[in-house]
Amino acid sequence: MTAARYDAIIVGGGHNGLVTAAYLARAGRKVVVLERRPLVGGAAVTEEVVPGFKFSVFSYVVSLLRPEIIRDLDLPAHGLQILPLESTVTPLDNGDYLAGWPDADETRREIARHSPRDAEAASQFGRLMHHMAMAVKPILGMVPPDPASLAPSDLRGLLKLGGHFRSLGAERFHALFKLMTMSSADYLDEWYEFDPLKATKSASGIIGTFLGPRSPGSAYVLLHHYMGEIDGAFRAWGFQKGGTGAISESIASAARAFGAEVRTNADVERVIVRDGHATGVALANGDEVSAPIVVSGLDPRRTFVDLIEPKHLPDALVEAIRNFRFRGSSGKVNLALDALPEFTFLRDGGRGYRSPLLANALRGAISISPSVDYLERAYDDAKYGEFSRNPYMDIVIPSLIDPGMAPPGKHVMSIFVQYAPYQLNGGWTDAKREAFGDAVIDTLERYAPNIRSIIRHRQVLTPADIERITGLSEGNIFQGELALHQLFFLRPAPAWAKYRTPVRGYWQCGAGTHPGGGIMGASGRLAALEILRGGR
Amino acid sequence: MLKTTPFHERTAPLVRAQTWRRWAGFQVASAYDPHPEREYAAVRNAAALFDVSPLYKYRIGGPDAARLLDRMVTRDVTRCAVGQVLYTPWCDADGKVIDDGTISRLDERTFRLTSAEPNVRWLWMNAVGLDVTIDEISARTAALALQGPLSRTILQHLTPADLSQLRYFRLVHTAIRDIPVTISRTGYTGDLGYELWVDAERAVPVWDALMACGSGYGITPAGIWALDIARIEAGLVMLDVDYYSAHHALIEDQKSFPDEINLAWTVNLDKGPHNGRRALRRARAGRQAWSFVGIEVDWESMERLYAARGLPPHLPNVAWRTSAPVYRNGEQIGYATSGCWSPLLKRSLALAHLKAPHFAAGTPVQIEVTVEHRRERADAVVRALPFYDPARKRA
Repeated sequence: MTAARYDAIIVGGGHNGLVTAAYLARAGRKVVVLERRPLVGGAAVTEEVVPGFKFSVFSYVVSLLRPEIIRDLDLPAHGLQILPLESTVTPLDNGDYLAGWPDADETRREIARHSPRDAEAASQFGRLMHHMAMAVKPILGMVPPDPASLAPSDLRGLLKLGGHFRSLGAERFHALFKLMTMSSADYLDEWYEFDPLKATKSASGIIGTFLGPRSPGSAYVLLHHYMGEIDGAFRAWGFQKGGTGAISESIASAARAFGAEVRTNADVERVIVRDGHATGVALANGDEVSAPIVVSGLDPRRTFVDLIEPKHLPDALVEAIRNFRFRGSSGKVNLALDALPEFTFLRDGGRGYRSPLLANALRGAISISPSVDYLERAYDDAKYGEFSRNPYMDIVIPSLIDPGMAPPGKHVMSIFVQYAPYQLNGGWTDAKREAFGDAVIDTLERYAPNIRSIIRHRQVLTPADIERITGLSEGNIFQGELALHQLFFLRPAPAWAKYRTPVRGYWQCGAGTHPGGGIMGASGRLAALEILRGGR
Repeated sequence: MLKTTPFHERTAPLVRAQTWRRWAGFQVASAYDPHPEREYAAVRNAAALFDVSPLYKYRIGGPDAARLLDRMVTRDVTRCAVGQVLYTPWCDADGKVIDDGTISRLDERTFRLTSAEPNVRWLWMNAVGLDVTIDEISARTAALALQGPLSRTILQHLTPADLSQLRYFRLVHTAIRDIPVTISRTGYTGDLGYELWVDAERAVPVWDALMACGSGYGITPAGIWALDIARIEAGLVMLDVDYYSAHHALIEDQKSFPDEINLAWTVNLDKGPHNGRRALRRARAGRQAWSFVGIEVDWESMERLYAARGLPPHLPNVAWRTSAPVYRNGEQIGYATSGCWSPLLKRSLALAHLKAPHFAAGTPVQIEVTVEHRRERADAVVRALPFYDPARKRA
């Protein structure tokens, strides 16, 4: 039994939990964060798996970290340093490549090399996406009103929302509706003709979901990509110095500076409920910590099924959580490399760069998305319970951006891989994990033939591993799919999308609540503001 | 035709978008990439390599060298040890700043002065009756600045000198690839960094050695755009941008006392006689009329101004150098002379001259911004300089 008395306990030291803790502490509350693992961050952690080589083990870039959080918590003073990740290059099967560069003229010329029509379409498409992202952005910062409720706060919220949509005008509203319902492949077909371009753009619509580029609903996720570009002015997009763990560390440091206590190796087993009120938590080691407010940063299944007994919850909520879709669909391969991989698309016959711009290509992302069919076939494998033989991969080499990630001349490579279904036929085994890793390296080898000879260490993470290590149910990187039926007032369940739970004093703040997804911190912040507004 | 620096053959092929600018009659890179993001990031994350050869450089020797400089500048040069570097402004007889730069004591009787503008005439005017030699070595001496958290690591691979023993604002005479080089722990970024001084004829191999050794440490050639953002974060004043030289000012209002451009710390009124001492003493006896401070623009206020026009805030990716009025309670209380979006701090920063009594840190002010062709006023607050001051700079 711990003697200290707290105003609030945060279960789970993921980035959202830490954001909630920091905001509560900033408001003068006495807060403790209890993290099961020896380090904070959840899926935003940096670990030195091989001496001298640092891996952003799971989440590897930062795109949507809310500017107001950076500002309110003064994160740069606590180590937040976002470095530019400027380009995306897609190697093509014919040895050529398709690149998006930081300079608009260079990008237009590059696309025009493949399709002059698409080069023009790209700037107009960008303009539409800008408007769409502007339309959606206010929603991200808003506590979702419940359309089925007549409570004044909900009505006010709905009115605000209705007013916002009206202000878009008919044309943009209709475009938004299309974007919300179509598949990314269909949507992009309306704009572009060059298939690898469509494939690379649609890839951002499938990340972390169990959808293919031809699945309806995938177009919406395209928008998330552009959201980052609106805040592009703010430049919250890129690679964190020291890996994503350093983002978590900076939030933890800010929380501590406001007076919060952050405890690691503190495995919360359950939330203690007395007379319908949360009164504290019990740890796996038998300790108990009391507080009138308990906030779960864990995903909805952990929050409502594992931490609390279902008897405290209404049946409808239990049912909704049971139907909440996790379906982890991606894996991660992290490599420690003795040298840089030699991508064949970079070089001309004489071993020079094919274009001087390519000298910087490896500082950006490499997207293995040569065609829409390629991605859809990768999805086909997963639909029937297999990992993709030829997966979509998003590759970055953090050591080229932050030399501190690997010893001089050595490198680390982060490969996000889709699809790797959590529900694999026969289940995940050590042998299946290695076979999955082999499929990734086999695919990569087609584009970078020296890859095998330079690998010093290979870390392969399947959705089962992600679940085991981070606790994310079914290894879903967003704490539940970012699918339309699980967004806004439906995230994680109807009537319980406002960070509250049916148990008084028990709150949720993870990415399984609105708006969720990515290292964004918005869920954690909105939850904290609700808690501060709603008292206990 | 502008002159080129000794490193031109190396820098020119790297300037992808022909973004050159002039500096003291030389042609130098604004940026090597079309945009300075990556180059700026190198300053704060790895190591950025700047060609700063256009600086004016003078070698001052002879038995009275220290006496000449001490008579000219506001800091106490007689107490400058061999191997030490002083940053200092110098003033006219009215105590108004003419220029600022560094004084390096290379040996007992030899100094190197750097400046933003030509000062040879001023040096000779001050040298009357003194036994000194004054050589302009600007063209003969090439200069590089290697700035950033990994600058020491890179340099240490190349020089036998123990850089862990080289303190802030000290220098060492050493060699890189057998080429004599003076390394000073100085710079214009407010970060850990060094400046390298080398004979112009032998400069290119030093660049090559740094680039080869630095490749594993993220060394990045960087231009003036990146430097400008870093120096604003560091709160470092710039001649002809933030203040005018008393030698060029057309009206009295264009001149500044050192105290008025945040250089009070460089003024030693207790040392021997020097230019402007009497005027500076008199000025100090009265109330300080102006101060040079930081301004932080309130993000939400900017966001509101843009949202009113249906736009997300636009942030420039290079620093601005235009004058922007600063207001308090509707009345103009000063003006900002340069500013930038800080990619590191995620804040809109400006350097400003504010009148008494409005320059205390924390004072709420407003700054003029142009939003979609309209002049607006954004909320802002006065901040003490520097905005960014990492411990590694001095450690």
